[in-house]
Amino acid sequence: MTPGLTDALQATILVLVAAGATMVVLVRDRVRQVLALSLYGVVLSVLFLAVQAPDVTLSEMVVGAVVLPLILLLTIRKVRGTR
Amino acid sequence: MTPGQRKRAFLVGAAGLVILLIWAVTGLPGFGAYPGPYGPAITRHAVAQTNATGVVSAINFEYRGFDTVGEEFILVAAVAGMSVVLRRLRGEKEQPAAREELPGGGPATSEAVRVAALALAGPTAVAGWWLATHAQANPSGGFQGGVLLATAFVLVYLSGEVLAFRRISPASVTEAAEALGAGGFAAVGVTAVVLGLPYLDNFLPLGSPGSPGAVTSSGTIALISFLVGVAVAAAFVLVAGELLEQRLLSSGGTTPGKG
Repeated sequence: MTPGLTDALQATILVLVAAGATMVVLVRDRVRQVLALSLYGVVLSVLFLAVQAPDVTLSEMVVGAVVLPLILLLTIRKVRGTR
Repeated sequence: MTPGQRKRAFLVGAAGLVILLIWAVTGLPGFGAYPGPYGPAITRHAVAQTNATGVVSAINFEYRGFDTVGEEFILVAAVAGMSVVLRRLRGEKEQPAAREELPGGGPATSEAVRVAALALAGPTAVAGWWLATHAQANPSGGFQGGVLLATAFVLVYLSGEVLAFRRISPASVTEAAEALGAGGFAAVGVTAVVLGLPYLDNFLPLGSPGSPGAVTSSGTIALISFLVGVAVAAAFVLVAGELLEQRLLSSGGTTPGKG
């Protein structure tokens, strides 16, 4: 890929990352916020792929998009259950 | 503090943060312009020295293997701590009322979710196994593979097969697997010492030098990656299992006291 195209790709994904992070902060409902966080994890892993770090992409995908949301959802469920 | 004052205090802080950030970012080296000597040296010699084409794995499990042992035991300690915090407290018991619609006590969910989860469980397990056993050849590693393997178990739970989830991952087995994985990593290091080499030195045959990145290449790098995969998969299955058990528990009306 030509340098110009690579820059454009990386810039686009950086904007998406910023938008995703803002979305996570702005969503008020906690369960939806977790889903937004999971989506943000996917976008972040795409950024790592675009800056040529496939190892970090895999880690971010499994932790940010899968395990963290899972643990948060279970915790929210537990907290609601005790009320 | 009135809302107006609070907003002004925030704006002052935000302006300061923006100034510091701009200062920091303009002082960064260019993208990919690494100033130290270590990175170029590693990329030049890693494949020839270790016979592994997954150079990140070669760094994680060989050049800085000692740091990775430490990280592995941080995970073990964290999971052990979580198991202690989430243990069944006095007065807590499994409530039939907390179990939901499905026969087996599964989560209430739609048929579509259950079918999708069940269909994904197999491929996820295969992908996880592949990642954990091919760290020497590809950008992958025991950690990523282990987490993906654990996800396959959670997918079984999501498909409503709670009893199956419990049957394939009893705590006694996952705890033993975690101990074997993490302990095996440390034991690989000690074996090198017994052979008269430095701790965690690569004492296994590296495979034929003509084919770097073959599954059988790279000696202890592949072995350690697999052991880390076992330990991480067991750790996350254990954490997920503990949390899922919590879902079915209730304090039974009494507040757990000085337990």
